Amino acid sequence: MAQEIGRRPYLREVPKVRWFFDHPRYLRYMARELTCLFIGAYTLLLVVGFARLAEGRAAYEAFLAALKSPLGVAFHVVALGFAIYHSVTWFNLTPKALPVQVGEDFLPDWVISGAHYAAWLVLSAGMLYFAGAF
Amino acid sequence: MSERTFELEVLRYNPETDREPHFQLYSVSCEEEWVVLDALNRIKETLDPTLNYRWSCHMAVCGSCGMMINGEPKLACKAFLRELPDRIRVEPLAHFPIERDLVTVIDDFIGKLKRVKPYLIPKAEKALTEGEYLQTPAQLKKIKQYTLCINCMLCYAACPEYGLIPKFIGPAAIALAHRYNQDSRDGGRAERQQEMAAALQQVKIASTVDWYQEHLMPWLRK
Repeated sequence: MAQEIGRRPYLREVPKVRWFFDHPRYLRYMARELTCLFIGAYTLLLVVGFARLAEGRAAYEAFLAALKSPLGVAFHVVALGFAIYHSVTWFNLTPKALPVQVGEDFLPDWVISGAHYAAWLVLSAGMLYFAGAF
Repeated sequence: MSERTFELEVLRYNPETDREPHFQLYSVSCEEEWVVLDALNRIKETLDPTLNYRWSCHMAVCGSCGMMINGEPKLACKAFLRELPDRIRVEPLAHFPIERDLVTVIDDFIGKLKRVKPYLIPKAEKALTEGEYLQTPAQLKKIKQYTLCINCMLCYAACPEYGLIPKFIGPAAIALAHRYNQDSRDGGRAERQQEMAAALQQVKIASTVDWYQEHLMPWLRK
Protein backbone atom coordinates (compact mmCIF):
# COMPACT_ATOMS: atom_id res chain seq x y z
CA MET A 1 0.00 0.00 0.00
CA ALA A 2 1.29 3.38 -0.95
CA GLN A 3 2.46 5.59 1.84
CA GLU A 4 0.06 8.42 2.49
CA ILE A 5 1.40 11.77 1.36
CA GLY A 6 1.17 14.53 3.91
CA ARG A 7 -1.14 17.33 2.79
CA ARG A 8 -0.22 20.84 3.80
CA PRO A 9 -2.04 23.21 1.45
CA TYR A 10 -0.62 26.71 1.34
CA LEU A 11 -2.96 29.68 1.03
CA ARG A 12 -1.49 32.85 -0.36
CA GLU A 13 -3.14 35.65 1.59
CA VAL A 14 -4.89 38.45 -0.25
CA PRO A 15 -3.63 41.73 1.24
CA LYS A 16 -6.51 43.17 3.26
CA VAL A 17 -6.21 46.78 2.18
CA ARG A 18 -4.07 47.24 -0.88
CA TRP A 19 -5.45 44.33 -2.91
CA PHE A 20 -7.24 46.73 -5.24
CA PHE A 21 -3.92 48.12 -6.41
CA ASP A 22 -2.93 44.64 -7.61
CA HIS A 23 -4.80 44.88 -10.90
CA PRO A 24 -6.30 47.76 -12.92
CA ARG A 25 -9.55 45.77 -13.06
CA TYR A 26 -9.75 45.74 -9.25
CA LEU A 27 -9.02 49.46 -9.13
CA ARG A 28 -11.87 50.18 -11.55
CA TYR A 29 -14.13 47.94 -9.48
CA MET A 30 -13.32 49.76 -6.25
CA ALA A 31 -13.64 53.14 -7.98
CA ARG A 32 -17.17 52.12 -8.93
CA GLU A 33 -17.90 51.08 -5.35
CA LEU A 34 -16.60 54.47 -4.27
CA THR A 35 -19.10 56.27 -6.52
CA CYS A 36 -21.88 55.44 -4.03
CA LEU A 37 -20.31 57.84 -1.49
CA PHE A 38 -20.56 60.75 -3.91
CA ILE A 39 -24.04 59.82 -5.08
CA GLY A 40 -25.08 59.49 -1.43
CA ALA A 41 -23.47 62.83 -0.57
CA TYR A 42 -25.27 64.49 -3.45
CA THR A 43 -28.59 63.06 -2.26
CA LEU A 44 -27.90 64.48 1.21
CA LEU A 45 -27.13 67.84 -0.38
CA LEU A 46 -30.55 67.78 -2.09
CA VAL A 47 -32.22 67.00 1.25
CA VAL A 48 -30.38 69.92 2.86
CA GLY A 49 -31.55 72.07 -0.05
CA PHE A 50 -35.17 71.12 0.63
CA ALA A 51 -34.72 71.92 4.32
CA ARG A 52 -33.30 75.36 3.45
CA LEU A 53 -36.18 75.95 1.05
CA ALA A 54 -38.64 75.15 3.85
CA GLU A 55 -36.88 77.65 6.12
CA GLY A 56 -37.63 80.50 3.76
CA ARG A 57 -36.25 82.63 0.98
CA ALA A 58 -33.15 83.96 2.76
CA ALA A 59 -32.00 80.53 3.88
CA TYR A 60 -32.52 79.10 0.40
CA GLU A 61 -30.63 81.92 -1.29
CA ALA A 62 -27.73 81.46 1.13
CA PHE A 63 -27.77 77.76 0.24
CA LEU A 64 -27.67 78.59 -3.50
CA ALA A 65 -24.79 81.03 -2.89
CA ALA A 66 -22.88 78.28 -1.03
CA LEU A 67 -23.37 75.98 -4.03
CA LYS A 68 -21.72 78.58 -6.25
CA SER A 69 -18.62 78.80 -4.06
CA PRO A 70 -15.43 77.19 -5.47
CA LEU A 71 -15.80 74.31 -2.99
CA GLY A 72 -19.41 73.77 -4.06
CA VAL A 73 -18.50 73.79 -7.74
CA ALA A 74 -15.55 71.43 -7.15
CA PHE A 75 -17.82 68.99 -5.30
CA HIS A 76 -20.33 69.06 -8.16
CA VAL A 77 -17.67 68.40 -10.78
CA VAL A 78 -16.25 65.43 -8.85
CA ALA A 79 -19.73 64.07 -8.02
CA LEU A 80 -20.78 64.41 -11.67
CA GLY A 81 -17.66 62.52 -12.77
CA PHE A 82 -18.38 59.64 -10.39
CA ALA A 83 -22.10 59.62 -11.30
CA ILE A 84 -21.24 59.36 -15.01
CA TYR A 85 -18.72 56.58 -14.31
CA HIS A 86 -21.35 54.76 -12.22
CA SER A 87 -24.03 55.09 -14.91
CA VAL A 88 -21.85 54.21 -17.89
CA THR A 89 -20.40 51.08 -16.24
CA TRP A 90 -23.90 49.95 -15.29
CA PHE A 91 -25.44 50.64 -18.71
CA ASN A 92 -22.62 48.76 -20.40
CA LEU A 93 -23.30 45.63 -18.39
CA THR A 94 -27.11 45.73 -18.69
CA PRO A 95 -27.11 43.37 -21.72
CA LYS A 96 -25.67 40.70 -19.42
CA ALA A 97 -27.82 41.53 -16.39
CA LEU A 98 -31.12 42.07 -18.23
CA PRO A 99 -31.19 39.90 -21.35
CA VAL A 100 -34.50 40.14 -23.24
CA GLN A 101 -35.64 37.13 -25.24
CA VAL A 102 -38.01 37.82 -28.12
CA GLY A 103 -39.29 34.59 -29.61
CA GLU A 104 -36.26 32.33 -29.74
CA ASP A 105 -33.50 34.94 -29.96
CA PHE A 106 -32.14 37.50 -27.57
CA LEU A 107 -32.17 41.21 -28.39
CA PRO A 108 -28.68 42.37 -29.43
CA ASP A 109 -26.56 43.92 -26.67
CA TRP A 110 -26.61 47.37 -28.19
CA VAL A 111 -30.42 47.52 -28.06
CA ILE A 112 -30.47 46.89 -24.30
CA SER A 113 -27.68 49.28 -23.36
CA GLY A 114 -28.83 51.74 -26.07
CA ALA A 115 -32.30 51.84 -24.53
CA HIS A 116 -30.74 52.72 -21.18
CA TYR A 117 -28.62 55.49 -22.69
CA ALA A 118 -31.68 56.83 -24.56
CA ALA A 119 -33.77 56.85 -21.36
CA TRP A 120 -30.88 58.61 -19.58
CA LEU A 121 -30.74 61.31 -22.26
CA VAL A 122 -34.51 61.84 -22.28
CA LEU A 123 -34.73 62.06 -18.48
CA SER A 124 -31.73 64.40 -18.27
CA ALA A 125 -33.20 66.65 -20.99
CA GLY A 126 -36.51 66.63 -19.10
CA MET A 127 -34.78 67.66 -15.87
CA LEU A 128 -32.91 70.46 -17.66
CA TYR A 129 -36.20 71.61 -19.25
CA PHE A 130 -37.95 71.80 -15.87
CA ALA A 131 -34.90 73.54 -14.41
CA GLY A 132 -35.35 76.20 -17.08
CA ALA A 133 -32.17 75.51 -19.04
CA PHE A 134 -34.04 75.78 -22.32
CA MET B 1 8.63 25.22 -37.62
CA SER B 2 10.70 27.81 -35.78
CA GLU B 3 11.60 27.47 -32.14
CA ARG B 4 12.21 30.22 -29.65
CA THR B 5 13.47 30.15 -26.08
CA PHE B 6 11.05 31.21 -23.39
CA GLU B 7 11.81 31.85 -19.75
CA LEU B 8 9.11 30.42 -17.53
CA GLU B 9 9.02 31.54 -13.91
CA VAL B 10 6.96 28.82 -12.28
CA LEU B 11 5.72 28.94 -8.69
CA ARG B 12 6.84 25.76 -6.96
CA TYR B 13 5.59 24.37 -3.66
CA ASN B 14 6.35 21.02 -2.18
CA PRO B 15 4.30 20.54 1.00
CA GLU B 16 6.78 17.98 2.31
CA THR B 17 9.89 20.16 2.12
CA ASP B 18 8.91 23.80 1.54
CA ARG B 19 7.72 26.25 4.15
CA GLU B 20 6.31 28.48 1.45
CA PRO B 21 6.14 28.63 -2.35
CA HIS B 22 9.02 30.01 -4.40
CA PHE B 23 9.63 30.75 -8.07
CA GLN B 24 11.79 28.50 -10.21
CA LEU B 25 13.10 29.68 -13.56
CA TYR B 26 13.11 27.37 -16.57
CA SER B 27 14.56 28.23 -19.97
CA VAL B 28 12.76 26.13 -22.49
CA SER B 29 12.76 26.02 -26.27
CA CYS B 30 9.24 26.18 -27.67
CA GLU B 31 7.64 26.24 -31.06
CA GLU B 32 6.03 29.54 -32.02
CA GLU B 33 2.51 28.16 -32.23
CA TRP B 34 2.60 26.44 -28.85
CA VAL B 35 0.56 27.29 -25.79
CA VAL B 36 1.82 27.60 -22.20
CA LEU B 37 0.64 24.05 -21.48
CA ASP B 38 2.97 22.74 -24.22
CA ALA B 39 5.85 24.62 -22.64
CA LEU B 40 5.04 23.08 -19.23
CA ASN B 41 4.85 19.63 -20.83
CA ARG B 42 8.26 20.13 -22.42
CA ILE B 43 9.69 21.24 -19.06
CA LYS B 44 8.27 18.13 -17.41
CA GLU B 45 9.52 15.86 -20.18
CA THR B 46 13.00 17.28 -20.62
CA LEU B 47 14.02 19.47 -17.68
CA ASP B 48 12.16 18.68 -14.47
CA PRO B 49 9.88 15.67 -14.07
CA THR B 50 8.90 16.82 -10.57
CA LEU B 51 6.79 19.72 -11.83
CA ASN B 52 3.11 19.23 -10.98
CA TYR B 53 0.09 20.68 -12.77
CA ARG B 54 -3.35 19.53 -13.88
CA TRP B 55 -4.38 19.14 -17.47
CA SER B 56 -6.39 16.80 -19.61
CA CYS B 57 -7.97 17.78 -22.91
CA HIS B 58 -5.62 20.44 -24.30
CA MET B 59 -8.57 22.05 -26.09
CA ALA B 60 -10.33 24.35 -23.61
CA VAL B 61 -13.09 21.88 -22.83
CA CYS B 62 -12.15 20.11 -19.60
CA GLY B 63 -11.32 23.16 -17.50
CA SER B 64 -8.39 21.50 -15.69
CA CYS B 65 -5.43 23.67 -16.63
CA GLY B 66 -6.54 27.04 -15.23
CA MET B 67 -3.58 28.98 -13.83
CA MET B 68 -2.30 32.51 -13.43
CA ILE B 69 -0.28 33.48 -16.49
CA ASN B 70 1.46 36.82 -16.05
CA GLY B 71 -1.07 37.60 -13.34
CA GLU B 72 -4.15 36.81 -15.40
CA PRO B 73 -6.30 33.75 -14.81
CA LYS B 74 -6.12 31.73 -18.02
CA LEU B 75 -6.37 28.22 -19.38
CA ALA B 76 -2.79 27.13 -20.07
CA CYS B 77 -4.03 25.29 -23.18
CA LYS B 78 -5.46 28.50 -24.60
CA ALA B 79 -2.64 30.88 -23.67
CA PHE B 80 -0.64 31.18 -26.89
CA LEU B 81 3.08 31.83 -26.51
CA ARG B 82 3.06 34.12 -29.55
CA GLU B 83 0.78 36.48 -27.60
CA LEU B 84 3.03 36.50 -24.53
CA PRO B 85 6.40 38.09 -23.78
CA ASP B 86 9.56 35.95 -23.70
CA ARG B 87 9.44 35.79 -19.92
CA ILE B 88 6.26 34.26 -18.57
CA ARG B 89 5.24 34.02 -14.94
CA VAL B 90 3.13 30.95 -14.19
CA GLU B 91 1.37 30.60 -10.84
CA PRO B 92 -1.44 28.42 -9.49
CA LEU B 93 -4.95 29.88 -9.66
CA ALA B 94 -5.24 32.78 -7.25
CA HIS B 95 -7.48 32.53 -4.15
CA PHE B 96 -7.22 28.73 -3.93
CA PRO B 97 -4.89 26.96 -1.49
CA ILE B 98 -1.89 25.40 -3.24
CA GLU B 99 -1.72 21.63 -2.95
CA ARG B 100 1.60 21.28 -4.80
CA ASP B 101 3.26 23.44 -7.47
CA LEU B 102 0.46 24.54 -9.84
CA VAL B 103 -2.12 22.16 -8.38
CA THR B 104 -4.74 23.80 -6.17
CA VAL B 105 -7.24 22.52 -3.60
CA ILE B 106 -10.66 22.84 -5.18
CA ASP B 107 -12.87 21.19 -2.53
CA ASP B 108 -14.38 24.54 -1.55
CA PHE B 109 -15.46 25.22 -5.12
CA ILE B 110 -16.96 21.75 -5.61
CA GLY B 111 -18.85 22.13 -2.33
CA LYS B 112 -20.30 25.41 -3.52
CA LEU B 113 -21.46 23.89 -6.80
CA LYS B 114 -23.27 21.15 -4.88
CA ARG B 115 -24.77 23.66 -2.52
CA VAL B 116 -26.90 25.41 -5.17
CA LYS B 117 -28.73 22.14 -6.00
CA PRO B 118 -27.54 21.97 -9.62
CA TYR B 119 -30.18 19.56 -10.89
CA LEU B 120 -33.77 19.75 -12.10
CA ILE B 121 -36.29 20.04 -9.30
CA PRO B 122 -39.49 19.49 -11.31
CA LYS B 123 -42.56 21.60 -10.57
CA ALA B 124 -44.61 18.42 -10.44
CA GLU B 125 -42.99 15.02 -10.29
CA LYS B 126 -43.94 12.86 -13.28
CA ALA B 127 -44.09 9.10 -13.30
CA LEU B 128 -41.60 7.42 -15.59
CA THR B 129 -44.44 6.21 -17.82
CA GLU B 130 -45.53 9.82 -18.49
CA GLY B 131 -42.35 10.43 -20.46
CA GLU B 132 -39.72 13.15 -20.47
CA TYR B 133 -39.91 16.73 -19.26
CA LEU B 134 -40.15 18.46 -22.63
CA GLN B 135 -38.70 21.81 -23.63
CA THR B 136 -39.06 24.00 -26.74
CA PRO B 137 -35.99 25.30 -28.63
CA ALA B 138 -36.73 28.81 -27.33
CA GLN B 139 -36.87 27.55 -23.72
CA LEU B 140 -33.56 25.75 -24.26
CA LYS B 141 -31.97 28.83 -25.77
CA LYS B 142 -32.90 30.83 -22.68
CA ILE B 143 -30.56 28.72 -20.54
CA LYS B 144 -28.07 27.48 -23.12
CA GLN B 145 -25.37 30.05 -22.43
CA TYR B 146 -25.38 29.22 -18.71
CA THR B 147 -24.93 25.51 -19.41
CA LEU B 148 -21.59 26.08 -21.14
CA CYS B 149 -19.52 26.62 -17.98
CA ILE B 150 -16.59 24.18 -17.83
CA ASN B 151 -15.87 24.75 -14.13
CA CYS B 152 -12.34 25.96 -14.82
CA MET B 153 -12.51 28.30 -11.79
CA LEU B 154 -10.88 31.19 -13.64
CA CYS B 155 -13.77 33.40 -12.48
CA TYR B 156 -12.99 32.57 -8.84
CA ALA B 157 -9.35 33.50 -9.42
CA ALA B 158 -10.45 36.77 -11.02
CA CYS B 159 -12.99 37.64 -8.30
CA PRO B 160 -11.50 39.83 -5.57
CA GLU B 161 -14.47 39.20 -3.26
CA TYR B 162 -13.82 35.46 -3.26
CA GLY B 163 -10.20 36.15 -2.40
CA LEU B 164 -11.17 38.35 0.54
CA ILE B 165 -14.17 36.38 1.79
CA PRO B 166 -13.80 32.69 0.90
CA LYS B 167 -17.35 32.00 2.11
CA PHE B 168 -18.72 33.99 -0.83
CA ILE B 169 -20.49 31.43 -3.01
CA GLY B 170 -18.84 32.89 -6.10
CA PRO B 171 -19.58 33.55 -9.78
CA ALA B 172 -19.73 30.00 -11.22
CA ALA B 173 -22.04 28.66 -8.52
CA ILE B 174 -24.36 31.66 -8.91
CA ALA B 175 -24.41 31.17 -12.70
CA LEU B 176 -25.13 27.48 -12.19
CA ALA B 177 -28.04 28.25 -9.88
CA HIS B 178 -29.32 30.75 -12.44
CA ARG B 179 -29.11 28.10 -15.17
CA TYR B 180 -31.56 25.88 -13.25
CA ASN B 181 -33.73 28.74 -12.01
CA GLN B 182 -34.29 29.85 -15.60
CA ASP B 183 -35.03 26.34 -16.84
CA SER B 184 -38.65 25.97 -17.99
CA ARG B 185 -38.81 22.44 -16.53
CA ASP B 186 -37.60 23.50 -13.11
CA GLY B 187 -39.55 24.50 -10.01
CA GLY B 188 -36.71 24.71 -7.51
CA ARG B 189 -36.06 28.44 -7.60
CA ALA B 190 -37.37 29.10 -4.08
CA GLU B 191 -35.27 26.28 -2.64
CA ARG B 192 -32.15 27.54 -4.36
CA GLN B 193 -32.78 31.15 -3.37
CA GLN B 194 -33.09 30.06 0.24
CA GLU B 195 -29.70 28.38 -0.03
CA MET B 196 -28.18 31.44 -1.73
CA ALA B 197 -29.66 33.73 0.92
CA ALA B 198 -28.14 31.56 3.64
CA ALA B 199 -24.79 31.77 1.85
CA LEU B 200 -25.10 35.56 1.59
CA GLN B 201 -25.95 35.77 5.28
CA GLN B 202 -22.79 33.83 6.05
CA VAL B 203 -20.81 36.24 3.90
CA LYS B 204 -22.30 39.14 5.82
CA ILE B 205 -21.34 37.58 9.14
CA ALA B 206 -17.91 36.70 7.82
CA SER B 207 -17.36 40.18 6.52
CA THR B 208 -18.40 42.03 9.65
CA VAL B 209 -18.32 40.15 12.95
CA ASP B 210 -15.25 38.00 12.65
CA TRP B 211 -13.87 39.17 9.36
CA TYR B 212 -10.28 38.57 10.25
CA GLN B 213 -10.74 35.10 11.64
CA GLU B 214 -12.89 34.00 8.76
CA HIS B 215 -10.36 35.41 6.38
CA LEU B 216 -7.77 32.87 7.44
CA MET B 217 -8.54 29.83 5.35
CA PRO B 218 -11.52 28.51 7.27
CA TRP B 219 -11.62 25.20 5.43
CA LEU B 220 -8.05 24.38 6.37
CA ARG B 221 -8.46 24.79 10.09
CA LYS B 222 -10.81 21.84 10.44
